[in-house]
Amino acid sequence: MEMGFKWDFAYEILPQMLWATLNTIIAAGVGYVIALVVGLFFLLGQRTPYKIVNVINRELVEFIRSTPLLIQLFFVYFVLPQFGIKLSAWLCGMITIGLHFGTYLSEVYRGALEGVSKTQWEACRALNFSTIYTYRRIVLPQAFPIAIPGMGNYLVGIFKDTPLLSTIGVAELFHAATAVGGYHYRYLEPYTMVGIIFLILSIPAAMWVRNLEKRVNVAQGKAKQ
Amino acid sequence: MSYFAFLAEHGSTLLLGTVTTIKVLVCSTILYLIISMIFGLMRLSKNSVIQGIATVYIEFFRGTSLLVQLFWVYYVLPFFGLSLEAFVAGVVALGMNFGAYGAEIVRGGILAVPKGQWEAAHALNFSPAKRIKRIIIPQIFPIILPPAANLTVELLKATALVALVTVVDLTFEAKQINSITWLSAQCFGTALLIYYIIARFALVPFLRWLEVLAARKVGR
Repeated sequence: MEMGFKWDFAYEILPQMLWATLNTIIAAGVGYVIALVVGLFFLLGQRTPYKIVNVINRELVEFIRSTPLLIQLFFVYFVLPQFGIKLSAWLCGMITIGLHFGTYLSEVYRGALEGVSKTQWEACRALNFSTIYTYRRIVLPQAFPIAIPGMGNYLVGIFKDTPLLSTIGVAELFHAATAVGGYHYRYLEPYTMVGIIFLILSIPAAMWVRNLEKRVNVAQGKAKQ
Repeated sequence: MSYFAFLAEHGSTLLLGTVTTIKVLVCSTILYLIISMIFGLMRLSKNSVIQGIATVYIEFFRGTSLLVQLFWVYYVLPFFGLSLEAFVAGVVALGMNFGAYGAEIVRGGILAVPKGQWEAAHALNFSPAKRIKRIIIPQIFPIILPPAANLTVELLKATALVALVTVVDLTFEAKQINSITWLSAQCFGTALLIYYIIARFALVPFLRWLEVLAARKVGR
């Protein structure tokens, strides 16, 4: 077999890889939106006044957070059909990623809400604002900037975990690379290209998140003065 | 088949896989700690070449997916004449990936040591190597241990990926049993439980104990 990087082969498979990249981006985007919403539900479970709900919620979050995403994927993909629920690999993948990262995002939300000073609540109560009004006009506008860096980090995190979806047959970038590699029996170029495409997409994203973080810190510092 | 019958038949196989998972975890933890120390220090070097190498390393491994790196080490390195055994490839990929994250933690920890400590060491005419070794490093442990503990729990979860390069760990065994028996709920449910038990009742308490120990060592 020929050694070294074959540029013409890489060029030949490039269109295929770029199409698959689109799937990766869609998977990351959809998974992220689901995770954002799921995170809200976990947050709600955490903040309800019912103790039993709090405990169940906390244990569930702890369980999901301390077990591997890969096995969770297998679990959802293989076990649901046994209960008569037949979902496509895509849907299984999106649900699992949403659940897994939803637990992380709920922690981000919680941290952001706790980052808002307690006196803000007291002031709102003194002004006789309703709870909903307090959240909508006072607390959330202050909590949101605190949550932005964490939320951005998990977007990048989800993006980097999408290759796991290939194990249940979602046709994203890594899946395409494995398929192309298997067909030509050459893995050097496809896998290297996957790595480069990931770098091209995730380094600017990470830089953007870091920039956001810096701006939020500056804004917070100003708020303190 | 009841769940107990399932455990009686396949429990030992899953336990054998668990032993491999723990081996992978221990080896890659050692490797990632060494790498993060080296690259964390390199990142703070005044020499711009050394600093550049560390930055490129960290950005590269944090910018690409662990699974891609793992497959690259296992399937692509043989093209360059370097064939690694699956276990070694798994440990190397995990160690290098988490080492990049750990290096940032070490860097943050070193920067968090009060500047007066550096100045005092300087004033006492300690050599740069001795300054790092005797004054700074002992003080960073209480600072870096909490984030490093989180990272180690993430590492435990990430060890599941080595099953995809044919390391016969817990995930691999669960998949294997699933493909024979099709008792998916039992296989993957048990695997999830074992990972949970390792994380919640062994790894996390151990790391908390280390944190307390490190805090006591520097008198906090």
